[in-house]
Amino acid sequence: MLNTHTRNLYQDVILDHNKKPRNYRVLEGHSHMAHGDNPLCGDKIDVYLTVDENDVVVDVSFMGDGCAISKASASMMTTMVKGKPLDEVNTLFREFHQMSTGKLDPDTEANHLGRLKIFAGVRDLPARVKCATLAWHTLDAALKGDRKVSTE
Amino acid sequence: MIQTREAEKNTALLNVDQIREDFPVLGRMINGMPLAYLDNAASSQSPRQVIDAVKLYHESHHSNVHRGVHTLSQEATSLYEEAREKIRAFLNAASLKEIIFTSGTTDAVNLVASSFVEERLNEGDEILITHLEHHSNIVPWHILCERKKAKLRVLPINDRGEIILDNLDDYLTSRTRIVGVNHISNALGTINPVKKIVEAAHRKNIPVLVDGAQATPHEIVDVQDLGCDFYAISGHKMYGPTGIGVLYGKQELLEKMRPYRSGGDMILSVSFDKVVYNELPYRFEAGTPPIAQAIGLGAAADYINSIGKKAIQNYENMLLDYATRKLGEIPQVRFIGTAREKASLVSFVIDGVHPHDVGTILDGEGIAVRTGHHCAQPVMDRFSIPATTRASFAFYNTTEEIDRLVAGVRKVIEVFDA
Repeated sequence: MLNTHTRNLYQDVILDHNKKPRNYRVLEGHSHMAHGDNPLCGDKIDVYLTVDENDVVVDVSFMGDGCAISKASASMMTTMVKGKPLDEVNTLFREFHQMSTGKLDPDTEANHLGRLKIFAGVRDLPARVKCATLAWHTLDAALKGDRKVSTE
Repeated sequence: MIQTREAEKNTALLNVDQIREDFPVLGRMINGMPLAYLDNAASSQSPRQVIDAVKLYHESHHSNVHRGVHTLSQEATSLYEEAREKIRAFLNAASLKEIIFTSGTTDAVNLVASSFVEERLNEGDEILITHLEHHSNIVPWHILCERKKAKLRVLPINDRGEIILDNLDDYLTSRTRIVGVNHISNALGTINPVKKIVEAAHRKNIPVLVDGAQATPHEIVDVQDLGCDFYAISGHKMYGPTGIGVLYGKQELLEKMRPYRSGGDMILSVSFDKVVYNELPYRFEAGTPPIAQAIGLGAAADYINSIGKKAIQNYENMLLDYATRKLGEIPQVRFIGTAREKASLVSFVIDGVHPHDVGTILDGEGIAVRTGHHCAQPVMDRFSIPATTRASFAFYNTTEEIDRLVAGVRKVIEVFDA
């Protein structure tokens, strides 16, 4: 049996996405791309997006190396933002960031996080917040046209 | 079975239960479990004797050193200088003039880079380090080489994590201005043959700096026997406070070196036209030093001596053997660093599980280990891994704590289905 803190974080869904990451590939013909680094952990990630003329994310993928938290977060991010218009993607990014840093309680405050709520546990583990948010920062950077982002 | 009896004998040399009583933090509960502190190579815990020495200084003797004629200042000065003598004896340096208080090992290396090597390093010259170094014994040299258009050369290591000495002579050239080597690798635990390296370098009149941060808590360090020119240590790696370290330097070299930081206390006289620098070791201790921390470090040396270096070594070697054997029974555990001469730490990876996940799950069990690149990224690159999990043992650790570590690692493997 795991301790409560760690059990909250290492739920089956996260372990499953870690083991079988979704949308784990280079996206050919992408319109946006950025590379993210977490120098403290050595986590590395590339996020690719194809955004159509109506500002909808029609496809998204990632590649990278990192811990289970960063990998599962990236994997679940891709499944969440696929097919969504950019304004909704930006809202998700903001809310995810707020939840991870303990500024939004997804159980009591209105939000659109849905199954991403599973990452709420990182707020109790300050050293791991950056693991969960790296993919999202990289996605944000890609959409803003920055090619590189670091969580330092 | 001889080994088991040997282990029992070593355990008997130390009364670990009594020793643990000296370390208040070891009584803490973490996530509902008793703390098993296995991150001693990053920073070791302080015994009450160190904490009390610092406390007593603040409560009764605090003042500035080397300045006032009043009672407190004289008391603070003698406590500070007594600490210097304790460290001199601890390292077996020939003279008090050779013991310079710094803020730590990093500061000590930077002192040598800036005050000794810089003016001796010209374009095309070389600095030799090893593939095992901590960033603190890489980056100051890298910066210096870049500025001077000099070359940073690196002695390779083998798959065990041992420095390859076969071609050492080829690496020691007429352009080599200094050799930097750690006594014990913080990432892998390898105990390096520094005396041999010093002898080879000295045959060609090349000075050697030894990064001793990991060695002082484990090894009997005798700078005169090693023959090294500089030896750098940190207080917090040897049960003392943070913010204090020591640079040992041979007097004849220190005499010739220009000052490092400048300001008060490192001068004899100052006018706007002329400054006369203070004598050794004060020339290299500008400004008000970390007085309380130096006193704490002296108390830490006393504490280590009271237990005995030999007894510490024997006991920690027993812990190392035990941990290596028990973790080695887990097929998914792969050790990184299997040197024949090793200090009491194990660095390992579990295929398919990132060390940070290992670290978080172990923390949930109250077990503190270090996960990451250990400020030794070239070592990680050498073994083609981003990071390891490292458990490093002190004389206050027990085989029961290692059993908990092993159970924790088994739990990680189960959770991750590795």
